[in-house]
Amino acid sequence: MKRLFKGGRVVDPANGVDEHLDVLIDGDRVVEVARDLPVSRADGGAIVDVPSGFVICPGFIDMHVHLREPGQEHKETVATGTLSAVAGGFTAVACMPNTRPVNDNAGVTQLILQKAREAGLARVYPIGAVSRGQKGEELADIAELREAGCVAVTDDGLPIATAILARRALEYTSMFGMPVIEHCEDQSLKGEGVAHEGPVASSLGLKGIPGAAEAITAGRDILLAEMTGGHLHIAHMSAWTTLEAVRQGKARGVRVTAEVCPHHFTLTDDMLAAPIPYDSNTKMNPPLREARDRDAMLAGIADGSVDVIATDHAPHHYDEKNVEFDRAPFGIVGLETAVPICLDRLVRAGVIRLPRLVELMSVNPARILKVPGGSLAPGAIADITVLAPDLPVTIDRAALKSKSKNTPYHGWSFTGGVAATIVGGRIVHVSPGAGWPTRAD
Amino acid sequence: MDAVAATALSHRNLLGIADLTPEEIVLVLDTAEAMQEVGRRAIKKVPTLRGRTVVNLFFEPSTRTRTSFEIAEKRLSADTLNVAIASSSVVKGETLVDTALNIEAMAPSMIVLRHASSGACHLLSRICKAAIINAGDGMHEHPTQALLDAFTIREHKRRISGLKIAIVGDLLHSRVLRSNLLLLRKLGAEVWVCGPATLIPPGLERLGVHVTTRVDEAVEGADVVMMLRIQLERMQGGFFPSLREYFRTFGMTEERVRRAKPDVIIMHPGPINRGVEIASEVADGPYSVILEQVANGVAVRMAVLYLLAGGGDDEAVV
Amino acid sequence: MPVVMDADRISRALTRIAHEILERNHGIDGVSLVGVRSRGVPLARRIAAVLGNVSREDVATGALDITLYRDDLMRTAVGPQPVVRKTEIPFSIDDRTIVLVDDVLYTGRTTRAALDALIDFGRPRAIQLVVLVDRGHRELPIKADYVGKNVPTSRKESVQVRLEELDGVDEVSVEVGE
Repeated sequence: MKRLFKGGRVVDPANGVDEHLDVLIDGDRVVEVARDLPVSRADGGAIVDVPSGFVICPGFIDMHVHLREPGQEHKETVATGTLSAVAGGFTAVACMPNTRPVNDNAGVTQLILQKAREAGLARVYPIGAVSRGQKGEELADIAELREAGCVAVTDDGLPIATAILARRALEYTSMFGMPVIEHCEDQSLKGEGVAHEGPVASSLGLKGIPGAAEAITAGRDILLAEMTGGHLHIAHMSAWTTLEAVRQGKARGVRVTAEVCPHHFTLTDDMLAAPIPYDSNTKMNPPLREARDRDAMLAGIADGSVDVIATDHAPHHYDEKNVEFDRAPFGIVGLETAVPICLDRLVRAGVIRLPRLVELMSVNPARILKVPGGSLAPGAIADITVLAPDLPVTIDRAALKSKSKNTPYHGWSFTGGVAATIVGGRIVHVSPGAGWPTRAD
Repeated sequence: MDAVAATALSHRNLLGIADLTPEEIVLVLDTAEAMQEVGRRAIKKVPTLRGRTVVNLFFEPSTRTRTSFEIAEKRLSADTLNVAIASSSVVKGETLVDTALNIEAMAPSMIVLRHASSGACHLLSRICKAAIINAGDGMHEHPTQALLDAFTIREHKRRISGLKIAIVGDLLHSRVLRSNLLLLRKLGAEVWVCGPATLIPPGLERLGVHVTTRVDEAVEGADVVMMLRIQLERMQGGFFPSLREYFRTFGMTEERVRRAKPDVIIMHPGPINRGVEIASEVADGPYSVILEQVANGVAVRMAVLYLLAGGGDDEAVV
Repeated sequence: MPVVMDADRISRALTRIAHEILERNHGIDGVSLVGVRSRGVPLARRIAAVLGNVSREDVATGALDITLYRDDLMRTAVGPQPVVRKTEIPFSIDDRTIVLVDDVLYTGRTTRAALDALIDFGRPRAIQLVVLVDRGHRELPIKADYVGKNVPTSRKESVQVRLEELDGVDEVSVEVGE
């Protein structure tokens, strides 16, 4: 079936496009993007008049999501997670292997892909484990994982346990052109830390995790990436010292990329003290840090040192989070808050312009994971995120499609949101009240 | 001059000194004086909290603080209920939230909570309607300890404002430090804190205190010297090489005491580790007011119970 | 704000009461005064001074804070706790005649609280009550033994006692409202 989207602002930086154009798709592919396409091109298919101000861009890809299935389905499943993803404007997600059992074998990878097919919403690209069982001792069967469908490997939740294992991982994955995604955090410095080590943790009596813990492991891995030629991707970067190491590595030509989560460029550890003291919805790893770190992340996003914005969507059941701060699990959900935050606090705030946002959320994730997407050129998959940059959005945790509601942004208002999400030509999500003229398929 | 007393406490709970104004602190101390007099009578009882139930919910073992609260509650004629949760119960899955909901069902007026997690009292206050009194939450605060310390200082020195007060010990893990630091600064004392560099939490100077690793500097000319307990289990964290070395560098010896003012008072929240943070001769010596602190604890806790028992406005839930 | 007692009337009333105490107790042997805070305390001291002049002996005087014994404390859920002050009774009350001194007798509940408090202190041989003003409307079976002045009031009025020691002037007035 053909669909013709008329008159939207098409922002497709991979192809140097940012103007009002018509987009013709056929089935699951983009056919043509041009000015004033005649309606006959739709061949009897649907014609959609894109409302004024709406933006058509290649589908957003969240390359850091915890879908929790298999093993922790009380928090989230592939079905609810992909529903949350498309509600948040994401056409694809890459899911982390710290499931139960760990995704260190083809069986688990295939299960995840099967569930994603059944749900039929966002595409799911599984990320496999670096080490068997994520125990940090020996490499997992990475070739098998790749063959089953994994696009990267990580021991996320933990750093790769030793320098020698990290070296091997970088060397081994370079054979397949897969990135090693690293949760940078020196475990001995982390200790029993639950918050950023600083004045706020001191006055709240919480054990701290210094920013240096992240930078130290990042430094180690950047040097190993340099030495081996492998591709290192730094997950959820949060500390200004890590950013410094990344900048220097890039300047030397190291194949290192880095992602930042929205909470790390909007919030600081002050949130732990107020408005709700010890709110476990402000507890995640890496933790919320100081203003200097937050501002550094913004600067990195603006100057290109940061490659990707990902959410680290980490759903947890209410009962698990409703405990003493130090006993609560780390993590917050993020799929449905990312786009409003980015449109409001990055684009509207003047930190970056819209094409750069599309690079951060579509072009670069597709390139790093070597998956389809990131472009609306003829022949590209018809994965489209439709943005409404002037839409007023108020976050209501009860309205989240995710099974879990652990977000610190409940009640926050933003200007900018998702109007509709299209995966493989199918309209899988339409935001109620956003003004998109069709219903979901 | 210390602040003028307020006429009431504005919050319905006592979660920490952080929430008290200087005027409210003085109100507690003044009220404690009246309560102290009750403790001197033959019949040490007044009917004030008759018919009210106060639950002492202790997730950490504590003889001293719990009995102090219990005596205070009984002197005010309240019905007390001691609930001691052994750490094994917590492992079995008996959470703070579930325990609290069960206790709420019995409609107590007040819950006195001691817990190993910082912020536990804040969590409890969001769950329970009863007024919450923090008897020590993790490394965060121990407000009644700081209040009884201030009461003791005031008894000897007539005021807090302008005194030089040195606090020595494990600054990183101490809730007594955090509460005392806040209180003494609110009342205008000059506060010096001292401990090994490995046990100094970052950002302390922002609270307006002098930070030093040299105990002589802290104690020099001090009006009050407060020693903090070294928890022997800290040794595992590698914070300092040995207790012997700790005592040599930071222990309060008679020689070090001589650097303070001639009328200095030596304080300690207890229980003391003789020969670790404080020499026996100093603990038992003429400057020590350690046992008075214990006695004053009852009067101060009676004052807190009384001032919070009015119920207060539900809107001011903190 | 009609003034029902001026400084002069107050002084004469206290003097008369002092004499009545002496008469009733056949002297001041075994008699001590306890003023109920706050204004009962300066009143008690003034009476003690008169007694001292007449009998040429010092009369022990104490101060009693009855806040912790009030029966209305915990029943009204809203509102801050009243401020508690120290009780100072530096003598034994056992086997003595204690003359309680208060400024205004109204419902009688304050007196009941004072009786409860005193009995916790010891076992007096007898307790007598001095009030500067009795305004009626008793809710308990309480009677003053010595009264400065009977001032009939309605429930909508209040009696304000001001004393030099605390308020800078001696005056009793009746005002509308609580």
